[in-house]
Amino acid sequence: MFAYIFKRLGVLVPTFLGVTLLTFSLIRLIPGDPVEVMMGERTLNPVLHAQALQRLGLDQPLPVQYAQYLGQLVRGDLGVSLKTRATVWSEFTTLFPATLELALVALLFALVVGMTAGVIAAVKRGTLADHGVMTVALTGYSMPIFWWGLLLILVFSVGLGWTPVSGRLSLAFDVPPVTGFMLIDAWRAELADPDLNKGALWDAVRHLILPAVVLGTIPLAVIARMTRSSMLEVLREDYVRTARAKGLSPARVIFIHALRNALIPVLTVIGLQVGTLMGGAVLTETIFSWPGIGKWLIDAIGRRDYPVVQNGILLVASLVILTNFLVDILYGMANPRIRHQR
Amino acid sequence: MMKLNKLVLALGFAVASVAAQAAGTLIYCSEASPEGFDTAQYTGGQTFDAAGQAMFNRLVEFKKGSTDIKPGLAESWTVSADGKTYTFNLRKGVKFHTTENFKPTRDFNADDVIFSFGRMTDKAHPFNKAYPAEFPYAGDTGIDGNMASMTKAGDHGVVFQLKQPDPDMLIKIAMPFASILSAEHAAKLVAAGQAAMINQQPVGTGPFVLKRYQKDAQIRYAKFAQYWNAKDVLVDNLIFAITTDASVRVQKLKAGECHIMSYPKPQDLAALRADPALKLDTAPGFNIGYLSYNTEKTQTAKLEVRQALDMAINRKAIIDAVYQGQGQEASNPFPASLWSYNKNLKNAAYNPEKAKELLKKAGYPEGFEMTLWAMPVQRPYNPNAKLMAELVQADWAKVGVKAKITQYEWGEYLKRMKAGEHDTGLIGWTGDYASPDNFLGVLLTCEAVGGSNYSRYCSKEFDALVLKARNSTDQKERTDLYMKAQEVFKRDMPWTTIAHSMVNQPMRKEVNGFKISPFGVYDFEAVSVK
Repeated sequence: MFAYIFKRLGVLVPTFLGVTLLTFSLIRLIPGDPVEVMMGERTLNPVLHAQALQRLGLDQPLPVQYAQYLGQLVRGDLGVSLKTRATVWSEFTTLFPATLELALVALLFALVVGMTAGVIAAVKRGTLADHGVMTVALTGYSMPIFWWGLLLILVFSVGLGWTPVSGRLSLAFDVPPVTGFMLIDAWRAELADPDLNKGALWDAVRHLILPAVVLGTIPLAVIARMTRSSMLEVLREDYVRTARAKGLSPARVIFIHALRNALIPVLTVIGLQVGTLMGGAVLTETIFSWPGIGKWLIDAIGRRDYPVVQNGILLVASLVILTNFLVDILYGMANPRIRHQR
Repeated sequence: MMKLNKLVLALGFAVASVAAQAAGTLIYCSEASPEGFDTAQYTGGQTFDAAGQAMFNRLVEFKKGSTDIKPGLAESWTVSADGKTYTFNLRKGVKFHTTENFKPTRDFNADDVIFSFGRMTDKAHPFNKAYPAEFPYAGDTGIDGNMASMTKAGDHGVVFQLKQPDPDMLIKIAMPFASILSAEHAAKLVAAGQAAMINQQPVGTGPFVLKRYQKDAQIRYAKFAQYWNAKDVLVDNLIFAITTDASVRVQKLKAGECHIMSYPKPQDLAALRADPALKLDTAPGFNIGYLSYNTEKTQTAKLEVRQALDMAINRKAIIDAVYQGQGQEASNPFPASLWSYNKNLKNAAYNPEKAKELLKKAGYPEGFEMTLWAMPVQRPYNPNAKLMAELVQADWAKVGVKAKITQYEWGEYLKRMKAGEHDTGLIGWTGDYASPDNFLGVLLTCEAVGGSNYSRYCSKEFDALVLKARNSTDQKERTDLYMKAQEVFKRDMPWTTIAHSMVNQPMRKEVNGFKISPFGVYDFEAVSVK
């Protein structure tokens, strides 16, 4: 098992290096440097421009800049935002809990609804329920996030007034950010000051519903389809037939015998969905004015804030890589054949 | 059905309780997070609103909704006859904000003015060593190079000695970048090795004190009870709800989640106007959208060609389609709200036939081919450059000129246009301060070629007029010179002036006292919520 873990770890180093090289070069391929973008239509004094570039360390040749960047990373220094002058790490840690909270709730929603739908479709194979579930899943998978988000806002927020339009909490509540997770912070604030913040937790939940549904839609569709096909395969296995022949209840056969084994491929898919969730978070956060890292990165690209783009993407990529690493390990534990492959 | 009723009832209560808590609170849906809270370092409107207007004061300030100035932290001032010496008498008894990180031990005085301007004008200032930064507006307005000295005249007097006369000095320092900071706070930060915190822990003298800032989410302020002009602060709390997407801002305004919003899209205006809970104020914008002719390219170097191309453009169709009626036809290089606007200048009538004749006279009877650059972004002076370019292209095609529409990414577009790669290109300008020099000097003089003079227009006659006006302290003489300079501009036609866009300000009906600023800043002093 350890040999397997070390082998997986060995792959991580070049992956990280690849990410740093890609982000470093791609952001510099976009024309315009941070100083030019800041000045816009205004005349740029060439002397001040050169001074600013020098202060930012952007006057060095690219290989030197890259080496300096790697040097910083090795020292654990993620740099300072060119715009706000705050450290990238402090901005990331302030904003990341919002993205994580949204992604976790979206994933939970996708898992519960997706797996239930997948199981129903597999068990009722060929029926109207099966076709219905799979059509909805395909539609969900093909839905552009932007359109889907605005549609839900129009129907549920503007039309019916059931959910708020955007943000994480109504402005009438004054909730100090302690953990950064609004559900926890709102709950704490409500307990601490029931007069001022009565109803803050429920308000935070209402704010989460639409963004989580929008962000969870694509993973939900993937999980539903994966669960269905995996279940169908397992349901044909001999041991399932044996379990049925023993006279076990259909629920026990499906949930204890079949679903557990059908979950292995689903687990891999969940690992891969972390990437989808992070990508989708960028759009979802923009629609719902959700103050997370997606919006932060989009803004940073627009104004060529190199340290934020490079290190923000590196941090997100690390998260995706580590999740997949953990899934690999879990997979190896669940299925010994994997870890013994050469 | 019963359940649904309960749900609706519960939501009703929730909304009612929110409304009750929000009394005395003004919520503004802004479009972006501030870049920081140290206004001297930045140029973005969102920073000027969130820091400059809400938390700071300047020596002189703009009257609400006007380009005229009024006393701010300086109660009065005098200017010497040669226009080089400005003496300010400072207001007494002005308090700085007390925050969780800083408690002031003294009132505002001359040291604060000297510190605030000193760091912008002196690269070797001790604070700049502790926290190096760029000061783009101090450079752009020429204040940094023109300041010879700053001296105290007692605790409540400051004298600025300039190298050259600058008749626009007062309107320049009324801009939010010239906000007055606390020298005591800055010294404390330097001593603690935390000079950079000046950008995150603002201490001003302004109407509101920062309570909490959550990046990309909200900024919460409380009324500053000791404000020197406290009678004009009419709400207890001010909240900026940062909402990037313009459509979402509209929905939040309609849903009552904010009282006032920034930058609506032209296509949302009809719906906003139709909503009985909202009102929509309109004012001419302090901007100009224009088409720049590169006067160094073979064809467009000829005046007849520029005149022909200008005459071939149907401005009315453009204003209807691109600005959706929210634009005023422009005939001068700056808007009519600015002093010295020359009312006698008129655009040539739309006349494709005459345009063809002029082209023939210029030696292009069959027309010619050239590039027409279109900006890739929406700007206040031009909501849809691509559409505008297509309309111009179609107009020019009628007189035999084939224009190829060219687009680049915004940063690249500006860089290449400043380098003069275009034949003709769409661009514009939003005024920074209320001086004709901010349009004529920045956009049309020889010294601006390679910078914001995209037409690369360089006329000795025009330059002489503008430069003379820049150094004159006689307002009547300046007005005459600028009027004459506009005539020269119109005669030489380096641009086709297209439109000044209108500014539309949607807000809820319960908001009172808000006035649209010509510079697009949001000032919530004297604004109340019923």
